[in-house]
Amino acid sequence: MELYSLTVHQLRKMLSKGAVSAVEITESVLARIDRVEGRIGAYITLDRDGALAQAAAADREIARSAGGPLAGIPLALKDVACTEGLRTTAGSKILESFIPPYDATMVAKLKDAGAVILGKLSMDEFAMGSANENCAFGTPHNPWALDYVCGGSSGGSAAAVAADECLASIGSDTGGSIRQPASYCGVVGLKPTYGRVSRYGLIAYASSLDQFGPLTKDVRDCAMILQEISGYDQRDSTSVNIGVPDYSAALGKGVKGLKVGIPREYFEEGVAPEVAAAVRNGIDLLKEAGAELVDLSLPHTDYGVAAYYIIAPAEASSNLARYDGVRYGHRTAAPDSLLEMYNQSRSEGFGTEVKRRIMIGTYALSSGYYDAYYKKALQVRTLIINDFKEAFARCDVMVSPVTPGPAWRIGEKNSDPLSVYLTDILTIPANMAGVPGLSLPCGFTGAGLPIGFQIQAPHFGEERLLQTAYALERELGIAGRKPAAL
Amino acid sequence: MKITIDQVKYVAGLARLELKPEEAEEMAGQLDRILSYVDKLNELDTSAVEPTTHAISITNAFRADERRESLARDKALANSPRQNGEAFVVPKII
Repeated sequence: MELYSLTVHQLRKMLSKGAVSAVEITESVLARIDRVEGRIGAYITLDRDGALAQAAAADREIARSAGGPLAGIPLALKDVACTEGLRTTAGSKILESFIPPYDATMVAKLKDAGAVILGKLSMDEFAMGSANENCAFGTPHNPWALDYVCGGSSGGSAAAVAADECLASIGSDTGGSIRQPASYCGVVGLKPTYGRVSRYGLIAYASSLDQFGPLTKDVRDCAMILQEISGYDQRDSTSVNIGVPDYSAALGKGVKGLKVGIPREYFEEGVAPEVAAAVRNGIDLLKEAGAELVDLSLPHTDYGVAAYYIIAPAEASSNLARYDGVRYGHRTAAPDSLLEMYNQSRSEGFGTEVKRRIMIGTYALSSGYYDAYYKKALQVRTLIINDFKEAFARCDVMVSPVTPGPAWRIGEKNSDPLSVYLTDILTIPANMAGVPGLSLPCGFTGAGLPIGFQIQAPHFGEERLLQTAYALERELGIAGRKPAAL
Repeated sequence: MKITIDQVKYVAGLARLELKPEEAEEMAGQLDRILSYVDKLNELDTSAVEPTTHAISITNAFRADERRESLARDKALANSPRQNGEAFVVPKII
């Protein structure tokens, strides 16, 4: 068994017994990257020397019985997380040469835990996309079927884990951007409760929805990574100051007597039969394991995408105003005036989808349209939140598909942005309501594409998510299956 | 049409974007489709519904009013496309 193909928890056990060194693990993953990255394209920036130096430092720590819970484990980060001294592009030409002067809090926490940072992963520009086809530095390929998209916007984060090009990764999720690519690439992806993980140093898309979270090979790894990145941060005034439980301790609890809600709207029109069947199979397994099934309704599900495509672009149009060519990022050559500098720098630096969302957001916030669009969307957000409150009064977790269908062929939906937006219909509501959600691989289509099983829980219910996912993962018995395409 | 080319140009100006004529035309069509879809929000009566900006309610997050270290000037300037060691340099404004 090659080291790169193992999980975080397996390698941590080997490291602490002295059966392997951190440098050996990092070298194994770097060799794997050399072998497959040409076909995947998951990385924007690979920090080979930095990773080997961090691994050597981890070995020194481990040798004197020190080192954190992730000591010597090579991880990779979505290129939306600021890394001190390591280029961070957000997938955009406008930040092509941006070197952050500080680490995101999440990154600092991973480093404190001893993790080795391999590099920065591909993403849709400013996290705007659902297929990772909007990256200024190329589109990554799905490890299960190389002609297919990885999903997005954390496509590189999902592909790198599925292809064993890192042990685990971090993504960010604003409307499904961790769960959807995790589902398309057959890995575990968790979007924590809004406020669970600090957003300090997360290059902002839509601040009221954005959240960092882990993408991993199995549920135990997911709990381990979440443990290290969670917690209050005074630098993020929206992070929530409540204690972080021991997530790994929740894993073995089983689902006996757990009330599992099934929102009927998540199985309605547009859900592919193969996807519905795989998810139903997962539900049956939970029932056999002792879970109590509860039929539920989330009546405003169908309005989530419409509200999202006002709220998120509105926040983005404001957040992305900072890219003006003054303090960082691209500046047009020899501008004649300040206004020309703004206009040209932004027009040259931003890609099409980013411009489109800035335009939607600016329009929705402009005089005369604010009430009709922005305020209306915020009111519908309240209705969606109320749906969740009522549902969680009757169940402990809710289960459903992650997406209506599996991954599609690269380029297939390029001409129709709306059809891509609609693939987020089952993931957006969790962001609107701020609740945590997890995607667990639950099967494959006839064509061999992975299918994801979504679990949602009330605010700060990550333990229940992990508990449910761990039980189902064991029943399904497909964890550890590797893409044959590589 | 929910949005005309002139409106697209006006909004682009507000957003400090310069669109080529063909970009503006394509953008108008796409925004029109997206905004028409968004119209489905009007199927819902929200007259008695409060808007929500954040899902987790947070009251003012104050910290003690104490002096703290901030980013050093050279680090803050390091990513600027043009700076003179003391300040960001931009085209003449007045």
